[in-house]
Amino acid sequence: MAEDNCQCGESGFKKLAEYIRQFPDKKTALIKVLYEAQHIFGFLSKDVMLFVADKLDVPAAKISGVVSFYSYFTTTPKGRTQIKCCMGTACFVRGAEKIISRFEEKLNIKRGETGADLEYSLDSLRCVGACGLAPVVLVNDQVFGKLEAADVDTILANNQG
Amino acid sequence: MLKIANFRDLDKAYAEFKPRMALRTEADHKSFAKRELLICGGTGCQSSNSLILLEVLKKEIKAAGLEDQVTAHITGCFGFCEKGPIVKVFPDDVFYVEVGVDDAAEIVESHLKNNTIITRLLYKDPAQGNKPIASHHEMDFYKKQMRVALCNCGLINPEEIEEYIAAGGYQALALCLEKKKPQDVVQEMKISGLRGRGGGGFPTGIKWEVAAAQPGPVKYMVCNADEGDPGAFMDRSILEGDPHSIIEGMAIAAYAIGSDRGFVYIRAEYPLAIQRLQRAVDQSREAGLLGKNIFGSGFSFDLELKYGAGAFVCGEETALLRSIEGGRGEPTSKPPFPAQSGLWGKPTIINNVETLANVPQILRRGGAWFASFGSEKSKGTKVFALAGKINNVGLVEVPMGISLKDIIYEIGGGIKNGKKFKAVQTGGPSGGCIPAAELDINIDYDNLIAAGSMMGSGGMIVMDEDNCMVDIAKFYLDFTMEESCGKCTPCRIGNKRIHEILTNITEGRGSLEDLEKLKNLAEVIKDTALCGLGQTAPNPVLSTMKHFWDEYVAHVVDKRCPARVCTHLLDYFITDSCVGCGLCKRGCPVSCITGNKKEVHVIDNALCIKCGSCISKCPTKSIVRQ
Ligand SMILES: Cc1cc2nc3c(=O)[nH]c(=O)nc-3n(C[C@H](O)[C@H](O)[C@H](O)COP(=O)(O)O)c2cc1C
Ligand code: SF4
Ligand code: SF4
Ligand code: SF4
Ligand code: FES
Repeated sequence: MAEDNCQCGESGFKKLAEYIRQFPDKKTALIKVLYEAQHIFGFLSKDVMLFVADKLDVPAAKISGVVSFYSYFTTTPKGRTQIKCCMGTACFVRGAEKIISRFEEKLNIKRGETGADLEYSLDSLRCVGACGLAPVVLVNDQVFGKLEAADVDTILANNQG
Repeated sequence: MLKIANFRDLDKAYAEFKPRMALRTEADHKSFAKRELLICGGTGCQSSNSLILLEVLKKEIKAAGLEDQVTAHITGCFGFCEKGPIVKVFPDDVFYVEVGVDDAAEIVESHLKNNTIITRLLYKDPAQGNKPIASHHEMDFYKKQMRVALCNCGLINPEEIEEYIAAGGYQALALCLEKKKPQDVVQEMKISGLRGRGGGGFPTGIKWEVAAAQPGPVKYMVCNADEGDPGAFMDRSILEGDPHSIIEGMAIAAYAIGSDRGFVYIRAEYPLAIQRLQRAVDQSREAGLLGKNIFGSGFSFDLELKYGAGAFVCGEETALLRSIEGGRGEPTSKPPFPAQSGLWGKPTIINNVETLANVPQILRRGGAWFASFGSEKSKGTKVFALAGKINNVGLVEVPMGISLKDIIYEIGGGIKNGKKFKAVQTGGPSGGCIPAAELDINIDYDNLIAAGSMMGSGGMIVMDEDNCMVDIAKFYLDFTMEESCGKCTPCRIGNKRIHEILTNITEGRGSLEDLEKLKNLAEVIKDTALCGLGQTAPNPVLSTMKHFWDEYVAHVVDKRCPARVCTHLLDYFITDSCVGCGLCKRGCPVSCITGNKKEVHVIDNALCIKCGSCISKCPTKSIVRQ
């Protein structure tokens, strides 16, 4: 059996199996199951994908095809602090590029990357629907809005503390 | 627990819950013996701590012993996101903006206890010499608006089915099931003239008619809640602020076409919308408004949420269907249209969130009522998401046919920081931009297409003199290139090629021939790509070239970016305020900065690679780009 890397103590695989059981129509539940799996484990490792393939009775190749198609899914671990900069149009015209560049510079990683120490990962995403607050950044899913490049330093400083 | 087993039960529930709305909708409650506070609980305001504000308000109300007189709860988006969080006080009809957690005590003490409006928290209208305005009815932002799809957003608590019923909810469905045959419902929709709000503008009644005419017992009703256009957020606001209207709209559509099963395809990036909609579905099912034998009429309908997982192309209907089926969301060619062969090969209709939010209103008030607003060929109202360099960022709903100028300058309050208007992009990555010279255009489906843009989902991104139009075009191509599913060559290779050329232009390697190449490529892609994503991807380039040709020429001939955005085309200078600390010099990767300690430094622009490192290092902000 694969290594169980769920962070919550309880067996992640048991939780996932529990979740899968509620679907009468297993095949069409694939995306929801992967979504849940990513929430449990943080990312979709090969073992997790094989587990899902087994439980849903779909070929592993199909699973990896689906995972690679949707940008929401990730197959590599993310940092403890996940920074996601909105690069939607509203944020872009209000200077989102400056914000994400500042993060790149301060964290010394490029967008799409995770630091080697797994402290931070930096991603861009498209519109979280809070365009009124543009430019917007999510730090572990908490929304920060109306940012200027200098706010990046404050966010990171507060996160350290 | 609320149970609605027949039409009489709904009447009873309505009679029971309607008094909840009294303070909010009836004007003659000026005794202030009772009050109600509504606080926006949408994504935007929540991230400005509106939920904490609500908790603190409740605590203060309790501490002041006002619990029996005053209630406070959340509601959906008021639309005026720029100035959130918003607190609305009923029956006073007072609209507080940018309310912080710290303001809660004063609201309770001053307004609720002593009946004194807090001027400090009112909206100040710049157009009227910053006069504070208490009622939103007096604000330019709201004066020209007419709310149909958004009618319950900012009025009811979206987390309680009782509130939706109090506002007349589920009566349209009851009316259809009790008094109308499916073909009558279709007929009413055709009379309304409603066109799909998801982008294409296809008449909803006709779509339903085609699906209704298909033989066979199994059909599906799908709601497209993928809202992929970055910068548009009306669907999110409806799902968060009035989720039951979507359930009711879907049930009516299902009845009209003869379907008993529905799906809502909703993006995973909208966790709050998912949560609110799921809660509403559970409540409706529990009450018997979803499930078997609704109202005892013999009609059954139930629905399920399916998640989109971050692929823009899945908003395209055929791709969306493949995704619901559990696979990769790749488009397929049409025909066959989904209304003939959709989910698992069965007739399926797909409607957008805003389209469906209009449906209960149309059936309650009549198709002719809806058709009495709007323009000749675009009936009713449309929600627009104003964003970008505009003063009043937010959601507005206006009758079709209103002029763009009214939207930007009256409702939107003009351009931020007194800058000059440059263009507004409509239709998202599939659309185009409209320049200042065409601000008088009356907004509807056909006029926007004639202007070289399109309605899309109703996003309006306002750009000012500081935005570079080549850069904007590149931004959109960046988007479509990344989101292309790669299935067909014109889109996969062609749009990538366009992106390359635009990159060259913004980095100073473009030529006049490149501009010709762009045009030709764009035409080929438009004609040959398989789905709407690829076909429309070149639109932002064509439209910015058409209206801002000079700006393209400046980039390729003079190697200059007039808006001073394209960093590769700028020169770096050190001004006299330099204190000669040397920090910039040490950080420069190509050592092109010279100067002695405590003297003004100099940059050699022939060597500078425009990395921008020096600017961020300089403690005195002495380095400028020009
Ligand atoms: C690339 C692409 C993306 C689309 N994205 C969306 C979307 O996010 N939401 C939506 O409602 N329609 C979207 N559409 C339009 C849908 O294909 C479809 O026309 C619409 O959902 C039909 O509903 P309506 O008739 O109510 O507008 C998209 C179309 C294309 C080509
Ligand atoms: S046009 Fe683009 S998104 Fe559409 S099918 Fe072709 S490659 Fe895929
Ligand atoms: S922009 Fe970069 S290369 Fe140019 S002077 Fe500044 S630090 Fe040096
Ligand atoms: S960092 Fe600024 S102040 Fe210091 S030498 Fe460079 S330009 Fe002058
Ligand atoms: S574009 Fe950034 S939140 Fe919408």
